[in-house]
Amino acid sequence: MTLAATVGSLTTGTTHLTTGTTDLATGTTNLVTRTTNLVTGTAHLAAESRGFLSPTGVEIAFLLVGLVTFGAAVITVTTRQLVHAALWLVVALGGLAVEYLLLTAEFIAWVQVLIYVGSVVVLLLFGLMLTRAPIGRSPDADSGNRPVALAVAVVAAAALVWVVVDAFRTTWIDLDGAPAGSTEVTGASLFQHWVLPFEALSVLLLAALVGAIVLSRKAKAEARPEADAAATAPASTAPDTPGGTDTRRDTEGAR
Amino acid sequence: MTTTTLAVLVPVLPFLGALTGLLLGRTAPGFVRPLAVLPTLASLVLAAVVAARQGGDNAVDAATELTPTGSVPIELALHIDGFAALTAVLVATVATCVQIYSTGYLRDDPRYPSYAALVSLFTSAMLLVVYSGDLMVLLVGWEVMGICSYFLVGHYWETREARAASLKAFLVTKLGDVPFLIGLFALAGDAGSFRITRILGAVANGGIEHPTLIALLLLAGVAGKSAQFPLHTWLPDAMAGPTPVSALIHAATMVAAGVYFIARLLPLFEASQAAMVVLAVMAAVTMAGSALAALAQDDIKRVLAYSTIGQLGYMTGALAVADRGAAVFHLLSHGAFKALLFLAAGVIIHAAGTNSLAAMSRMGRLRDRVPDAYWTMTVALLALAAIPPFSGFFSKEAVLGVAEHVVTGHTEHAPAAAGWIVLLAGLLTALLTAAYATRLWLLAFRGHGTEAPDHGRQPLTMTAVLWVLAVPSLALGGFAFRVLPDWFDGHDLTPTLTTSVLGTGVALAGGLVTYGAWRHTTAHAARVPLGAVAAHPGGDAGQVEAEAIAGHEPAYGDIAYAPDPSDPGRLLLGPLHRPAAAGFHLDAVYSALFVRPVRAGARLVRFLDREVVETYVRGAGTLPRWLGAAVRRAQTGNLQTYVSALLAGTVVLAVAAVLVATGA
Amino acid sequence: MHLAYPAVLSALLFCTGLYGVLARRNAILVLMSVELMLNAVNLNLVAFDVWLSRTAEETLHSGQALTLFTIAIAAAEIGIGLAIVLAVYRNRGTSDIDKLRDTAEGHDPDHPDGDATDSDASATKAAAEKAEATA
Repeated sequence: MTLAATVGSLTTGTTHLTTGTTDLATGTTNLVTRTTNLVTGTAHLAAESRGFLSPTGVEIAFLLVGLVTFGAAVITVTTRQLVHAALWLVVALGGLAVEYLLLTAEFIAWVQVLIYVGSVVVLLLFGLMLTRAPIGRSPDADSGNRPVALAVAVVAAAALVWVVVDAFRTTWIDLDGAPAGSTEVTGASLFQHWVLPFEALSVLLLAALVGAIVLSRKAKAEARPEADAAATAPASTAPDTPGGTDTRRDTEGAR
Repeated sequence: MTTTTLAVLVPVLPFLGALTGLLLGRTAPGFVRPLAVLPTLASLVLAAVVAARQGGDNAVDAATELTPTGSVPIELALHIDGFAALTAVLVATVATCVQIYSTGYLRDDPRYPSYAALVSLFTSAMLLVVYSGDLMVLLVGWEVMGICSYFLVGHYWETREARAASLKAFLVTKLGDVPFLIGLFALAGDAGSFRITRILGAVANGGIEHPTLIALLLLAGVAGKSAQFPLHTWLPDAMAGPTPVSALIHAATMVAAGVYFIARLLPLFEASQAAMVVLAVMAAVTMAGSALAALAQDDIKRVLAYSTIGQLGYMTGALAVADRGAAVFHLLSHGAFKALLFLAAGVIIHAAGTNSLAAMSRMGRLRDRVPDAYWTMTVALLALAAIPPFSGFFSKEAVLGVAEHVVTGHTEHAPAAAGWIVLLAGLLTALLTAAYATRLWLLAFRGHGTEAPDHGRQPLTMTAVLWVLAVPSLALGGFAFRVLPDWFDGHDLTPTLTTSVLGTGVALAGGLVTYGAWRHTTAHAARVPLGAVAAHPGGDAGQVEAEAIAGHEPAYGDIAYAPDPSDPGRLLLGPLHRPAAAGFHLDAVYSALFVRPVRAGARLVRFLDREVVETYVRGAGTLPRWLGAAVRRAQTGNLQTYVSALLAGTVVLAVAAVLVATGA
Repeated sequence: MHLAYPAVLSALLFCTGLYGVLARRNAILVLMSVELMLNAVNLNLVAFDVWLSRTAEETLHSGQALTLFTIAIAAAEIGIGLAIVLAVYRNRGTSDIDKLRDTAEGHDPDHPDGDATDSDASATKAAAEKAEATA
């Protein structure tokens, strides 16, 4: 959540993260101070030309939706209620769809809503249900690896944000004019330039379909005697579900 | 064929017989007996022909060098003089008798083929030693005999005694062989050749620089092989082998090899007065001590074993007074009567079912069961006790006569001290020899009590051989003492009056005293029942003997001793009896002096190896093991840990790459 | 719009997904985190495509095409991944990742169906690694 707070102001966020980097590698303090100087210097430059500190309306909207998205993502990976995690994932993915819209990639945005929010999350909820995930707070949702995971994630975020900001701090996306990702443009490029990969992808989807069915059937064949012996309840209901969802997902993926 | 060719065939034939016997022993059992007897018999004939052709004239010398072998050449050489020719005849005779006897003695033995082949090999090795004119070739035969004796003494390896005895025989003789080998090298280094003729030439020219050292080194090997004090202890224990093997080892082959070796190189020993005195002392201690020990033994074969040591003492005594003629004369006659004694003892053990004299003295009519053994053994014992006119008398008188010669100063070859030592010890031993021979005869054949078990008639192969050997025991000395000087060095071997009277007198005295003691003690025999008898009416002699040997210690408490109050030896020896039965505890002394320190050293080495060296090894292994354990801890099986480590490494690498790219 | 905004958001989302993959115990939650990482990449692709289509006048729209492909592959991945998780759950009665430790040092395969579960566990591992590779 600290990261989410810092992202509100990019400059302060950057200095904050660079001090984090000095903690990581004290030998690079010179570079870091130099970088912060550069950042502040170019920030003045950007403010003059593009108004870095006086954002446009699109930027404010992007920032706010981005905050919501990031917050939802963080809750997804930290909440102790498993079903809630899936629901917060819907929020994060939907936020991303809005971000796509803001970036004028409308086709991608609708595909995002359809496939991710529509099918993947539903699949995940089915999975949670079939594995009898506990409803309500489960204290053992996080494994013992949590501190290590946090450290790795924070360090990786610091490194990535530092590099990205250092590289693209002055880059400007011109969102005016014709949308870059309308259905027409995307369809034209997809079926003109990307036909062969598109067909290859459909073959891959077919393979995934067959693979999912084979996995389910094999598990079924093995589960039968076990079910006869131990009478485990999910064994009888489980095999049908992945195959059915697979076919549905396949129709959506093929679009 | 030339004499050389015939002489080469003499050792080669038994060798080939042994080879074929070993190869065909399992596949063609029918050929084993002919293969055992015929080559030995043929070599006997050939040896006789060689002896006849040589006839005591100039020595036959022939040599061929197979391949150059460096500084000192090794040649396949023959050197046949009168000694070699006659000794070979004796060896072949005894070996033939033993082979024939063994066909009956080990009639049902499953290991007879390998046994017969080893006896042939043994014979071949001894003949090689006898004929060889090159010391290295002689050494080959010498060592082959050592290994054959190991196998043959251990023939009954199922019994603990046989295993221990074979090991002991091998190790003790090897103990002597090490200095022997060094002595051979030193000798060849001084003389520049291994050829006996050249060495003797070098000795005559004074070309040997350290005669005393060399002689003493060689003497160690001789003491081991010929069972002289202090390396004689293997011989009584070697009685755990089959009786024919004892006869072969004791009469003609292994123990004779040492004496024969000194006889060959006598000029070398004469060059060192100290060596001669040492030889004399060795001979004196050996003969007196072994005669005392023989008087106390209960096992009939151990009596004979100690008597062998004593008679060998006579031979070395003769060599100590520088007369190899007398020594080889005694070797020949002793070979005949000692082979006879052992073979007869084998018949008696078979008939009585025991090897214990105490048990035999409680058996009636044993002599009627084995009349052949009774008569021939009587002859042999008389020869052993040196009663005229048996052959032992002449050969022993030859030794005593030479000693008296030296004492009275008629020769310059040997020191007078050696003469005195040999003469006095010889007379004392003559007394004791007669005593233990009488005791043996009385206890074995004059027993009273329950009748001996009837095993039927002994096989003809066994009894006929006894009579064959009885002839030389009876008559060899009387006929040979005039002829032999022609074959030997020319010294007169005729008994002198003084020593004859003295020797015969003490021998008679010893016999009579023993008889008196026996009359005194024999009354006790009935009161103390004693004895354990192996009962195998159908079994062959070898089986009976093996059981008798294995049963002696459980039955009487000791392998050499029986608590028998009717033993005349006990009365005669008095307090000396117990130590004499144990061989004057020489084994215990060796055990304390050598075995225990060696064992303690071995324990120390084991301790060092286990506790010190192993600690280092373990220490060297500990660090990698700790490292391995530490690395193993990373293998938790938890996927997330692995991925965390992977990504952390990736981040570090990425940061490093960025820092490098930005030029930090 | 500054390119830094979507880029930083994408980086942060990616690291959030990373944290989820490393810290969550339930395999389905891990799959959700993988989805987050994939979406972060998608955002990056779209943003850079929009930027390049204007600045460099790139007409292939490779970023958007690749995003579509990624979405399709992600859908396939979630299908296969869920099938594997269900199979593991049926065999083991649990879908907790840190309880599937058959590859641990000194592990004793006392299960009667040790082989099958081993292959399943390795399949889970392979799925996770595939997710990483896709991300």
